[in-house]
Amino acid sequence: MLPQTIAMAFKAIRTNKVRAALTMLGVIIGVMSVVVLVAIGQGTTASVTDSIQGMGTNLLTVNITTRRVGQYGGYGGGPQGAAPAQPQSAGQQRGTVVLSLSDILGLEASEAIDKISPMVNGSVTVKAGNKNTTVSMMGVLPAYADIRNQSVQSGRYIVQSDVDNRSARCVIGAQTAEDVFGNTNVVGNTLHINGRAFQIVGVLESKGSSAGTSSDEVVILPYTLAQRMLGSTTIGSFYVSAVSAEAVTQAQTYVENYLYKRYQNTSAYRVSNQTEMLNTINETTGQLTLMLGGIAGIALLVGGIGIMNIMLVSVTERTREIGIRKAVGARRVNILLQFLIEAVVLSGLGGLLGLVFGWLLMQALRTMLNMTLIMSLGVVELAIGFSMAVGIVFGLYPAGKASKLRPIEALRYD
Amino acid sequence: MIEMTGIRKDYRMGDNVVSALDGVDLAIADHEFVAIIGPSGSGKSTLMHIIGCLDAADEGSYRFDGQEIGDYSEDELARIRGRKIGFVFQQFNLLPRMTAQENVELPLVYQGMRGGKRHRISETVLERVGLADRIDHRPTELSGGQQQRVAIARALVTQPALLLADEPTGNLDSRTGREIMALLHELHRAGHTIVLITHDASIAAQAPRCIHIQDGRVLAAADGQEVS
Ligand SMILES: Nc1ncnc2c1ncn2[C@@H]1O[C@H](COP(=O)(O)OP(=O)(O)OP(=O)(O)O)[C@@H](O)[C@H]1O
Ligand SMILES: [Mg+2]
Repeated sequence: MLPQTIAMAFKAIRTNKVRAALTMLGVIIGVMSVVVLVAIGQGTTASVTDSIQGMGTNLLTVNITTRRVGQYGGYGGGPQGAAPAQPQSAGQQRGTVVLSLSDILGLEASEAIDKISPMVNGSVTVKAGNKNTTVSMMGVLPAYADIRNQSVQSGRYIVQSDVDNRSARCVIGAQTAEDVFGNTNVVGNTLHINGRAFQIVGVLESKGSSAGTSSDEVVILPYTLAQRMLGSTTIGSFYVSAVSAEAVTQAQTYVENYLYKRYQNTSAYRVSNQTEMLNTINETTGQLTLMLGGIAGIALLVGGIGIMNIMLVSVTERTREIGIRKAVGARRVNILLQFLIEAVVLSGLGGLLGLVFGWLLMQALRTMLNMTLIMSLGVVELAIGFSMAVGIVFGLYPAGKASKLRPIEALRYD
Repeated sequence: MIEMTGIRKDYRMGDNVVSALDGVDLAIADHEFVAIIGPSGSGKSTLMHIIGCLDAADEGSYRFDGQEIGDYSEDELARIRGRKIGFVFQQFNLLPRMTAQENVELPLVYQGMRGGKRHRISETVLERVGLADRIDHRPTELSGGQQQRVAIARALVTQPALLLADEPTGNLDSRTGREIMALLHELHRAGHTIVLITHDASIAAQAPRCIHIQDGRVLAAADGQEVS
């Protein structure tokens, strides 16, 4: 009986193709938007996750958030043999704690910590010939390259002697090199940064852009020189790499303990690891995906109501047909199934078409807008399942109505 | 096969009550051929719908094969309609989007019969009513008489014990009408119980037994054939 009923449903749909197409349109659009919007959400999550993992998995980011009033103990002389400074809580009770470079480099004493680099950054104008552009400038120690997975495609990175001598040397991002020189073959060229001449010693390997910001539009300077150029004397943030992913927690505890000893106040600093950052971001993008999916779900619901509408019209139109079928022996369940299957076939077919159109739209977005889009099997299953469910839910009422018609009344209907 | 006592059916139109059947007593035995005759509006079609379990009486008792119809559930009634009763409606009632063969097969579909067997049976029956060459035509592509014969084929396809025919010759010329009557006689000889509804006395005269109905009442049984 079931195969015959399914065949009947397909026949009914085939005899009224235009109406079937219009009925399905709502579901098609609904499923299409579910697929595409969720793909956008998941694509964003993936690219953000990628770029965070690209920063290095053993990374700890330390931000000092308190306002520092004092100006004592500058470190203009650069690292002094990196002797670990013993925190002296006495004499630092007046809320003006200043971390020195040797203070933070002293953290390397922990067996869990591999490398440490402070970082200052700001916006600068770079100029070569008659071309100029504004890029972000970072002042770092040589260790920064390893901590943040940076490497040069030509030349070399910042070295310790650059830092010690405040040499006017810089490493340039691939995109900035292209922008200013028109090519990346620029090692040895002179670049004017905020009007001062720098020698380019290296070009960074391109990392591509992520989440709108390009890590290729940058100039990297020796930490000491950058600090002087930006008029900065304190350490606002620094990066720590743990010896392994497993050692991250131990390294974090070590850094936090040290900072607490100095500040006696947990809100004066923030130490975050990549896992935490990933979790936070995944939570946010997860909510984004859910929200997009929800909006699309509403579209799908509206499509379902469209199906119910047409099915109700169809039941009324086919009242006589129902009467005839009952007169020749159709039971209620036969009529119910006939209309229900018709609704489910309509919505399921709409779901499949929506999937196809959604996939096409995704390809278009990918090539035209260069977006990261991910279509997961789960979403495909969900979309198909949901559209079938829509068919069942919204087909049930019209089908029930049809099955309850009294045979003689249905036969008399005109 | 059929025993009716005191069957009443009223149609209410606002304050107006039309008594379509006003206390009908009727008995039809197995293998009988009965004509029900009466003027237009006398309640013949209403009676046939009740006999065929398409409609329920307001009052009275109706036993079909010894069983009170009121005791059956809706699904059991559907089963009786599908297996024991064949209808030929006054207005054919064919499905317009289906071919002659698909229309004829419909009762078998609801018996759950497989396609191959259905096709064989429906072909045989369509052949029997002389439509072997019109199997794939839709009702709109058939003449009135041909549609009538498709409707008869559909009623016959399940080999029903009871065949109910409401004005089966009403739309036909006299020659085709005679052909249909011959077919009914043949079915009668084959053992089917036949109830034929008509308002044409010459058609009714061909039946061994004739029941007159007027204003919703049975007047007299012709030919003195009283049935237990
Ligand atoms: N659905 C209905 N609503 C109201 N009145 C009805 C309905 N069906 C039938 N009637 C009335 O019941 C009476 C009997 O109708 P029925 O159709 O049984 O007559 P009939 O004997 O078959 O007539 P005909 O020979 O013209 O087919 C008529 O007076 C008719 O007006
Ligand atoms: Mg009638």
